[in-house]
Amino acid sequence: MQFMLLFSRQGKLRLQKWYVPLSDKEKKKITRELVQTVLARKPKMCSFLEWRDLKIVYKRYASLYFCCAIEDQDNELITLEIIHRYVELLDKYFGSVCELDIIFNFEKAYFILDEFLLGGEAQETSKKNVLKAIEQADLSYFSFSRGWI
Amino acid sequence: MFDLEVLVTTERERSRKRGGLALGDPAASSGLRFKNRRPEVPASGDNKVKICHCFIRKLLCCSVRLNPDATFLSGGGSFKKGKSKEAEIKRINKELANIRSKFKGDKALDGYSKKKYVCKLLFIFLLGHDIDFGHMEAVNLLSSNKYTEKQIGYLFISVLVNSNSDLIRLINNGIKNDLASRNPTFMNLALHCIANVGSREMAEAFASEIPRVLVAGDTMDSVKQSAALCLLRLNRTSPDLVPMGEWTTRVVHLLNDQHLGVVTAATSLITTLAQKNPDDFKTSVSLAVARLSRIVTSASIDLQDYTYYFVAAPWLSVKLLRLLQCYPPPEDAALRSRLTECLETILNKAQEPPKSKKVQHSNAKNAVLFEAIALIIHHDSEPTLLVRACNQLGQFLQHRETNLRYLALESMCTLASSEFSHEAVKTHMETVINALKTERDVSVRQRAVDLLYAMCDRSNAKQIVAEMLSYLETADYSIREEIVLKVAILAEKYAVDYTWYVDTILNLIRIAGDYVSEEVWYRVIQIVINRDDVQGYAAKTVFEALQAPACHENLVKVGGYILGEFGNLIAGDSRSSPLVQFNLLHSKFHLCSVPTRALLLSAYIKFINLFPEVKATIQDVLRSDSQLRNADVELQQRAVEYLRLSCIASTDILATVLEEMPPFPERESSILAKLKKKKGPGKLPDMDDSRRSVNGSTDSTHSFTDVLNLNPAPSSGANLLIDVFSESSAPAAATDVSEENFPRFVCKNNGVIYENQLLQIGLKSEYRQNLGRMYVFYGNKTSTQFLSFSSSVSSSDLNVHSKAVDPVIEGGAQMQQILNIECVSDFSDAPVLNIQFRYGGALQNIAVKLPVMLNKFFQPTEMMSQDFFQRWKQLGAPQQEVQKIFKAKHPMDTEVAKAKILGFGVALLDGVDPNPANFVGAGVVHTKTTQVGCLLRLEPNMQAQTPNGNAAPPATDPSFPFGAGLPGSHLGICSRCRGEQGDGFVGLKGTWPKSHELKVAFDLASFLPPDGRVCERLLLRT
Repeated sequence: MQFMLLFSRQGKLRLQKWYVPLSDKEKKKITRELVQTVLARKPKMCSFLEWRDLKIVYKRYASLYFCCAIEDQDNELITLEIIHRYVELLDKYFGSVCELDIIFNFEKAYFILDEFLLGGEAQETSKKNVLKAIEQADLSYFSFSRGWI
Repeated sequence: MFDLEVLVTTERERSRKRGGLALGDPAASSGLRFKNRRPEVPASGDNKVKICHCFIRKLLCCSVRLNPDATFLSGGGSFKKGKSKEAEIKRINKELANIRSKFKGDKALDGYSKKKYVCKLLFIFLLGHDIDFGHMEAVNLLSSNKYTEKQIGYLFISVLVNSNSDLIRLINNGIKNDLASRNPTFMNLALHCIANVGSREMAEAFASEIPRVLVAGDTMDSVKQSAALCLLRLNRTSPDLVPMGEWTTRVVHLLNDQHLGVVTAATSLITTLAQKNPDDFKTSVSLAVARLSRIVTSASIDLQDYTYYFVAAPWLSVKLLRLLQCYPPPEDAALRSRLTECLETILNKAQEPPKSKKVQHSNAKNAVLFEAIALIIHHDSEPTLLVRACNQLGQFLQHRETNLRYLALESMCTLASSEFSHEAVKTHMETVINALKTERDVSVRQRAVDLLYAMCDRSNAKQIVAEMLSYLETADYSIREEIVLKVAILAEKYAVDYTWYVDTILNLIRIAGDYVSEEVWYRVIQIVINRDDVQGYAAKTVFEALQAPACHENLVKVGGYILGEFGNLIAGDSRSSPLVQFNLLHSKFHLCSVPTRALLLSAYIKFINLFPEVKATIQDVLRSDSQLRNADVELQQRAVEYLRLSCIASTDILATVLEEMPPFPERESSILAKLKKKKGPGKLPDMDDSRRSVNGSTDSTHSFTDVLNLNPAPSSGANLLIDVFSESSAPAAATDVSEENFPRFVCKNNGVIYENQLLQIGLKSEYRQNLGRMYVFYGNKTSTQFLSFSSSVSSSDLNVHSKAVDPVIEGGAQMQQILNIECVSDFSDAPVLNIQFRYGGALQNIAVKLPVMLNKFFQPTEMMSQDFFQRWKQLGAPQQEVQKIFKAKHPMDTEVAKAKILGFGVALLDGVDPNPANFVGAGVVHTKTTQVGCLLRLEPNMQAQTPNGNAAPPATDPSFPFGAGLPGSHLGICSRCRGEQGDGFVGLKGTWPKSHELKVAFDLASFLPPDGRVCERLLLRT
């Protein structure tokens, strides 16, 4: 996977994760172009499209679009399920997740993504294990911070 | 606490009632599932402090005024855009000022505040604003022993990578400490950071450390996972820094690990490594097969949390199947049959009734299935599996899920190229044609076109081409050009009789003339010219097609060309008598662009040869003011020349000059090349056998290649029509390297290197030692945009780095590109600049030889007379000297000659040579590997200026002090040139590496004369 973008129906970028080195300018350009392309598509259309020399896999969850760019050899369907698993993880962690959770807790959204995907590849596909890692971190925060809370 | 809460309560209630995960098909629940509510603190986490909430809330309130009816926060119609953006910026600036003052304040911040502010900065950055401070504070957070502070520090660094070298050192230090901490959560954070940033500096610092972490026996599983993928990222960005070694064999054994998460991560790493060094990872094949076999035969609950919607470890299965695609089918029979069993099981499962109605179940199951099919196709060795795969995909072609139909079409494209399954794929033709007609999604239709193209062969070509043509009438504009190319290729490739081919292409032009690129109509002309059995038919058909009141300009071009060549074949019919033909063509003349008009003029002169009876009519046309005084130089010149030719040449001469075009030598279809370029390598099914003969006579001895080759027309009159292309429409498909202006740059660095009707390319260059920088200026001479502009430099010997350019050049605008050039060692081939862009729908290819010659890397060297002669004499060995003598075209002008020699790059040494008429220069050629000193002399032969047939040979001439060192052969050259005006000599001496010397010197020699002014007898010594 080359990158993952989360954006709202209004085209506001909510989360971006790049697994290839690109300049800020390029990132902005790609984001603008892709957001436009994906938002223009109708709901019943298929979730895959060719874009430059990449394949785009996207899915809409309520107000948010989850959009991944994968390479020619990569598997589209499994990428679709990567998106779904990520949404499940967010959902489990936040408890019925919504767009606001990702805005207010953007850092958590990034941490969960890092536990699940690393370098653009699935690292840990077990929901339990990912959440364990995140919760452990929260706990350790708790024990460290007991002193001043 | 938040006023938002009230607004969304109802929504929350509703979704609570619905229960379960707020996931699923958004369309089905009118977009409410991913529902809208205030973020809630999870049950276990009342202690999670939301450090940015207040600020974020304020920001949100800036940009969105909430509407109780709005389903989503940012939805609803109550945007106040202009004002809210302003408010947001104001708010952010205030916050930035606040943070800055906190960071700068006297009081040291505690970790919590630091984290809070760094987190705010991060949020502001992610909103799209620039952040130029706070990096130091973030780095400080790394050394905190509080996990969340560390975490925010790392996140900030991952997102805002800074190449500041001091900071990198500090960051690396923090990472190093955490890696050594033996605290798995800290180690994971550090590894995530390396994987996220993946910079070279980090690779240098940690690439040797991470393999150790990965294979160490006491490493925690979660750390192993992070380490594996971290290594994968480093291997992708800086493969040279990741050392292979003893650890590689141990990595392979991670495939046997107990922990499926470790196996999942390791498989990705092994796949990446195996793609580069397949031999080192061969043992992974048997382990992967064993692992896969265990997964596919397991009951769905065996793998516990790794089972996803009743599918056992789908991610791992896909990765293992992907790893196996790095290798050919296993040779070991037992292993092979075990793998075949696995694949069969996966295919069987596809037939079983689904265990769940959820789309996730079918997606995960089919993801594995498609990957298995990809492996089957990759192996391409088991006919039964291939046919089964094909049948399975055939079922998907009619599936109700658009996604599956899309993937089935895509996957079948590759199946079609296997000889085992080609026939099986063909049985689905009707379904695919139906998809082309009924699919509502353009990307699916595009796949259908691809598949039809791939499954096409002689048996079904007519039907497929007809379907594609009819689809073309309604096709989306975005894919028309590609369909046109595909139709053109199929029509040519599978034409049994060429009348069908001609009909198809003319139809193509009629239906989608704007999308028919130059290549397509060039090709039809090539084929008609090469096949004499189709010429009469072609003439008749284009004649009929031209009758249409409105026909596309491309048709006029084809018509003009073909009637000009073969109009005589249909002239017997009174309905298409010569005069009728001419009037028909000429009726289109005024509607056409300049290149087409030029082509028509050539057709007219050919008519004069074919049909003497219309000569007078055509001469009248040529003689008219609108031709003879046309504002366009090209048209005017043609009219004048053709008119003159028709008046003075005898019938015989006319017949010779305007003879029928000779057949084109066979070559790969340029259309195919174009399609390949459009689709990128590897995306096109194997079409190599398209190099079918279109040639009537293959033993053609004619010197030129074909219409696409566009060499400046040779002098033979038979190339008259070729001339049309080379003059006016050359840029359309020029693939020849232009070096017309190349010699002009020998002694100067700036100027125009290339120019045609559309584009001007100017150069400005500077050189220092072995490095050069070239500014390339692309000027758009038209008033239309150039789109998809791209350029690349190919060089065999030099290191050339070109900066990326904008893909669009506005009409009348100029764009600059910078090339950095490094001379590694001596070289003789100049780099070539390849440019591609789209102008008015047609793709333009231009290749220009860039004037980077060895002499550009000269550094002038000052030298005293004595030094010079001492060195000159030392360099007497035959391989150190090059000389050349050639005659002057102009009288020698001292100042001009001096300027040229300086421009050549060497220092001009005054008062060194006893003869003031001679020029002496010295310089050092700098390359990365070596430096070569060079001495140069130019000796104008004053003797020769006198028109005296008996002038003494230069060697005995007093103005020739070094003459004694010249071998006799050069005297021969001298004497041969005797009597010419302004003869001159240049001696070049140097210690050239290898046996390069002669070549270099003669290159230098050949550089000089075209400019015409310097030396006319150049003597270079070897």
